[in-house]
Amino acid sequence: MAGEPLGMLSACATGEAIGSGELDGAECLAFWAERAGDETLNAYLWTGPDDGGQRIAGAPVAVKDIFCTEGLPTTAGSRILDGYAPPFDATAVTRLRAAGLPVLGKTNMDEFAMGSSNENSAYGPVLNPWDRTRVPGGSSGGSAAAVAAGAAPWALGTDTGGSIRQPAALCGIVGLKPTYGAVSRFGMIAFASSLDQCGTFGHSVADAAELLSVVEGLDPRDSTSTGIPGGLSRPTASDLEGITVGVPRNFLEVGVEQGVADRFAEALKTVERLGGTIRDIELPHAELGISAYYVIAPAEASTNLSRYDGVRYGLRVPADDLVEMYERTRGEGFGPEVKRRIMLGTYALSSGYYDQYYGTAQKVRTLIVRDFEAAFSEVDLIATPTTPGVAFELGAKTSDPWSMYLNDLFTVPMSLAGIPAISIPAGLAAPPEGGPQLPVGLQLAAPAFAEQALIESAHALEAAIGFDERPEGGGDS
Amino acid sequence: MTEGLPDDLEAVIGLEIHVQLSTETKMFCGCSLSFGDPPNTHTCPVCLAHPGVLPVPNRRAIEYAIQIALALGCEVAPRSIFHRKNYFYPDNPKAYQISQYDVPLASAGELANVRIHRAHLEEDAAKMVHIGESGRIQGSSGSLVDFNRAGTPLVEIVTEPDIRSASEAREWGQLLRETVRQLGVSDVNMEEGSLRCDANVSIRPRGSSELGTKTELKNMNSFRFLEKGITAELDRQAGLVASGERVVQETLHFDPGTGALHPLRSKEEAHDYRYLPEPDLVPLAPDSAMLEEARKSLPELPEAKAKRYRDELGIPEAPAELLSVRAELAGFLEAMLAAEPDLEPRVAANWLTGEFAAELRRKGDPDLSEVPVEAAALASLASMAQAKKISHGTAKDLLTRMVDDGIDPVAVVTEEDLGQLSDSSELEAIVEKVVEENPGPAEEVQAGNEKAIGALVGAVMKETGGRADGGEVNRILRQALGLG
Repeated sequence: MAGEPLGMLSACATGEAIGSGELDGAECLAFWAERAGDETLNAYLWTGPDDGGQRIAGAPVAVKDIFCTEGLPTTAGSRILDGYAPPFDATAVTRLRAAGLPVLGKTNMDEFAMGSSNENSAYGPVLNPWDRTRVPGGSSGGSAAAVAAGAAPWALGTDTGGSIRQPAALCGIVGLKPTYGAVSRFGMIAFASSLDQCGTFGHSVADAAELLSVVEGLDPRDSTSTGIPGGLSRPTASDLEGITVGVPRNFLEVGVEQGVADRFAEALKTVERLGGTIRDIELPHAELGISAYYVIAPAEASTNLSRYDGVRYGLRVPADDLVEMYERTRGEGFGPEVKRRIMLGTYALSSGYYDQYYGTAQKVRTLIVRDFEAAFSEVDLIATPTTPGVAFELGAKTSDPWSMYLNDLFTVPMSLAGIPAISIPAGLAAPPEGGPQLPVGLQLAAPAFAEQALIESAHALEAAIGFDERPEGGGDS
Repeated sequence: MTEGLPDDLEAVIGLEIHVQLSTETKMFCGCSLSFGDPPNTHTCPVCLAHPGVLPVPNRRAIEYAIQIALALGCEVAPRSIFHRKNYFYPDNPKAYQISQYDVPLASAGELANVRIHRAHLEEDAAKMVHIGESGRIQGSSGSLVDFNRAGTPLVEIVTEPDIRSASEAREWGQLLRETVRQLGVSDVNMEEGSLRCDANVSIRPRGSSELGTKTELKNMNSFRFLEKGITAELDRQAGLVASGERVVQETLHFDPGTGALHPLRSKEEAHDYRYLPEPDLVPLAPDSAMLEEARKSLPELPEAKAKRYRDELGIPEAPAELLSVRAELAGFLEAMLAAEPDLEPRVAANWLTGEFAAELRRKGDPDLSEVPVEAAALASLASMAQAKKISHGTAKDLLTRMVDDGIDPVAVVTEEDLGQLSDSSELEAIVEKVVEENPGPAEEVQAGNEKAIGALVGAVMKETGGRADGGEVNRILRQALGLG
């Protein structure tokens, strides 16, 4: 640790320092608990910490409020779960505890992970630590902002269509979404079951990978979990010799801000400087990803969210009869975006429309899977900007759902294909309307279960890009 | 023919049977199954549908379902899919039931000439109690939910509309129940709800191959009620047709108290279930070892057993069928035949399903294990009767004492000298004496009233202490009276 202030120590190094006895685990936890408690971005919905007398073996973890934590508030950013404290831990949380990593707090999020700006939280938006008038991205905006602002060493999030990568990009940190199935979904409140995946945030690829290695693994309580065969080891690559990086040029033509395009072009040059090869590829159906996603995800959400009916837990608004109780509870408990998606999904699944909507969307999904398979027969990795633009202003897109949804244009195809992807900072760029420089993310995607290859290349690129900016003031301002 | 239907009409009936599997634990979580335990004592976050929980299929339930599928001669799908069936109701905690939809576990089977359309796995709902006089939700002052039953594994069996009468529906249902019972995969207790049966009923002109508009009958919690309900519904439909009206597709609720059928309010059945492939589960793909294991574990089932008893053992139809559906008695039969190799299966079966069954009924149908009669002892008794070593009457008396006191029939026959009179000269002497002592009946018989011989037979039997063979007594009496 060499006298580095605790807040600047990497999470990996913090764990090593505790392991070697250089650093006291309880002291470390107290330090971060104070940081978390003092943050003013609305990044946390609950701060503990929850050490529960457990062994402390590493840096505490900010946990997105979508993960069930036994006896601790768990709302998924929704009013309908106000006051709910689950009687069990999510498997990912169980794994954190088993590894001696305390839960630092529960982070704010778009309600039921539906959103790209964190403005859909029932508990108010999270502010971007780089510019408090702007959004941190979503839906894991609280986790991303907390890490970026120095209010957490690292964090867990979930990614359904970009909910880790997009806020990581907008907050200037690393966000890693592994292959679908890598981390158990048990106890992770479902939004769209076939897409939801737990992932990690950190200041470095190594930190994000280290935290993923703690939580990944096959879980008998999740029939769709697989773990990452062979696990993950700390990345060591320093070049990209022999690595071919595919760039889907056609897909990137539309709507990318100049600043983002510039940083992306520079990143590709860095790839070549490191010995990698850039090759243009086609992802012919990727541009249909958003349309397919906005059928599949709401369809699954409409049934996943049906359990919030006021009968067993959470909010119940009393009424004279059953149907009215359902209507009032769900009417008052859910926010507008959640209602919009429940209605979309209910419609898409209804009798006579299933084939037209859900069936067609699934076919598109299969075509996208094949696009990636074809691409990965030629290249090792695929690179895109993580988002078309930098962080936008609060309220800028709330009245236009489609423009909000387009934030996820480049991240959704990987979710539909279930493949791993990471966002690393590629530098800063000014927004088109002018203003302070804001982070830009570079997304790298790899074939299913090629996490190790992905983090090796990302690690090498990260070092070469050398992004070491932090937001001014961060969580302390 | 069919009950009450005019000759020009034909009943078309299909059944939907839900069988609760008697696994240790629920379909998708580790909670133990229970019946009659205090409410909400067998629950966990999974079966209460807490946020974030996931289903994990019960391997034993899948094995049981495959056994049912094979017993019904179904094809087992190499990959069947679980679906979500969505509807809001407090007994449905996730607001969707995990069931199977377009690719069920099993299809295309047949049992006793009724084709099985499909059989699939699903989970049971919770139990609701409505507070108020009617016991139904309308007009109740509140409702309570007991989640103990929620998530109990169910196999739903759907037949083709191959049944042609209410009594056939009852008989077939009973055969299905026994078939499942003998697999040992369910308690099949209709009163407790571990077997539930709905019927789809329609009528059509006899000879037509088209299907008429059907109604669905629910809540018949015994096969007797099933027959009653279907009979009532066939009458109702025939009445509608006779008066020129049309049958309307609807769901009818059977009231066992009054035997009446009440339509459910259309709102209660107007569901769009929005089926969705269950994204939390992978396809159900039983491997060949699992299928082989299920195949090996199948016992001989009633339909096959009845056929073997008839064709190979020469047992008449009625006792063969009865034995095939009463596994305990069939086991007894097999043990009897093993104990007495010379005992004819037909004779053994008649004793079992006739006199012995009657004795059991007299005792209130106890478990065979509670009756102090070994199969070997019953076999000895039947053998003695078959060889005419004792008379039928003696055998019956002995059986009563066996059932009451557990006597050994062979020993008692010796001790009490109950052997049948085999010396016909001794019998002839007794006949002669009886005819002399009863001139009245003897004359009546000789005058042509053959029925009067009964009194003489009775007197002879009394004289012999029941040890004489009735047929032989008759023969000698007729000879003595000159009837040849």
